[in-house]
Amino acid sequence: MDKMKNQLNPRQGFLEFGKDFFSGVYKIYRFILRFFKEVLTSPYEVREIIKQCYEVGCKALPLIILTGFITGIVFTKQSRPSLSEFGATSWLPSLVSIAIVRALAPLVTALIVAGKVGSSIGAELGSMKVSDQINAMEMTVTNPFKFLVVSRVLACTFMLPILVLFSGAISLLGSYINVHGNELTSYHVFLYHAFSKISFLDLFSSVLKSALYGFTIGITSCYKGYNASDGTVGVGKAANQAVVFSMVIIFLEETIVVQFINSFLR
Amino acid sequence: MVTVPSNTKEVVKPQTVISVRDLHKAFDGVTVLDGIDLDLYNEENLVVLGKSGSGKSVLIKIIAGLLPSDSGTVNVLGEDIVHLTREELQQLRLKIGFSFQSGALYDSMTVRENMEFALIRNKRELSRKEIDVAVRKVLDDVQLLDSIEKLPSELSGGQTKRIAVARALVLKPQIMLYDEPTAGLDPITATEINKMIVNVQKEYRTSSIIITHDLTCAKSTGNQIAVLNEGKILLQGTFKEVFESNDSLIKSFYDYNFIV
Repeated sequence: MDKMKNQLNPRQGFLEFGKDFFSGVYKIYRFILRFFKEVLTSPYEVREIIKQCYEVGCKALPLIILTGFITGIVFTKQSRPSLSEFGATSWLPSLVSIAIVRALAPLVTALIVAGKVGSSIGAELGSMKVSDQINAMEMTVTNPFKFLVVSRVLACTFMLPILVLFSGAISLLGSYINVHGNELTSYHVFLYHAFSKISFLDLFSSVLKSALYGFTIGITSCYKGYNASDGTVGVGKAANQAVVFSMVIIFLEETIVVQFINSFLR
Repeated sequence: MVTVPSNTKEVVKPQTVISVRDLHKAFDGVTVLDGIDLDLYNEENLVVLGKSGSGKSVLIKIIAGLLPSDSGTVNVLGEDIVHLTREELQQLRLKIGFSFQSGALYDSMTVRENMEFALIRNKRELSRKEIDVAVRKVLDDVQLLDSIEKLPSELSGGQTKRIAVARALVLKPQIMLYDEPTAGLDPITATEINKMIVNVQKEYRTSSIIITHDLTCAKSTGNQIAVLNEGKILLQGTFKEVFESNDSLIKSFYDYNFIV
């Protein structure tokens, strides 16, 4: 009934939307603040953090190997016609490596981890919430936020840079296979050209933004799962929103981070 | 609230372990608890009986400090839980065991890990061997020692509830809170759970609040019965006293449960 009234009264509907939006933002702010508070205070759930690091790494690794390899091959293949018009196919290794290190590896890896790990975290915490497992943890005097949220967010933040480096290396391998197959370039020459145009800042910023994307995936997925409601429907919703929100925020962050890094590179 | 007059002569009541006064709780403007007064005495099993949606689960979640109340006082073992800090509440929770309706066992852990989870974190002075002995003892008490290495997904409904009780008992609580302990169980398993609740009270000398809509459970486990209806305690007394009253709600409960 209220919804119908709001549909008839756009001003009221807009006010309701604004109220919901800002209360949502405030809740996320409180959640992030609590994360930093909990991460700095003992006791530390070291075993759980290590377990989650293993989970995040293992869950996403096969897909990252596959997509990284294909990205390397496809990007090299698609770039060749444009460069060959100028007789500049020898620039392929450096072009591909710059694209991989600066953008493709962090972004593709983050999106895959968001899909694979983010949904899993959202669903797992959501199901724990609706089946009272989080309350049960409270009753056994264990801080569920520290045990469940802090460990998963830290695991995502630590593991994503490692996965990105791995994905970058696999992409370069894919690219090398393609370049070697077409131009018969040796791997010495390929690696020399690939790394000649990459600076320390490129690698550093890539690792740093990967950590930021990892944090984003962890905190968004945990927030959605930890605040799930409405039974099994709520669990599905939490898993879905964990992925969608993580991906949208990652794209927004990528846009901002690129501007920021470019101002350094100039 | 109407207290059913007892025929017995003046009896000295034992120490109060939980005292709830004028408790109110509403969700989105809908009143769930409307001025609840309730006392749980030492080593007593108090059954809170009510139909679905009457606010029974909300009541014990407030008592356990899992939900905040809107107004009123909840005194548990001499401490007003409304005014406790998080640390103080955690210390108090060590004395309260909670058996959730669904069991709420941690899916990713075996029965042993579920049991050890609380012990490792709260009894740091215990050695690995002592923890193992404590876990085995409690599992033996609920007759599920052979399920120690099983995952929750491998347990039946009744086993899940018994392990949930065992997990709460491993910390040796003074108070046990049971949320619908027999819900969704067949009559034979439900009878086993009822016997277990009585045994737990005797062996571990706990004081318990049992939330249920099952009259058989209420009759076999409760020393005192409180009937909750529309957010208020309608009646309180022994099973006999409550069900000898002429209240229509009580009659309907009786008719439903025993198909009279």
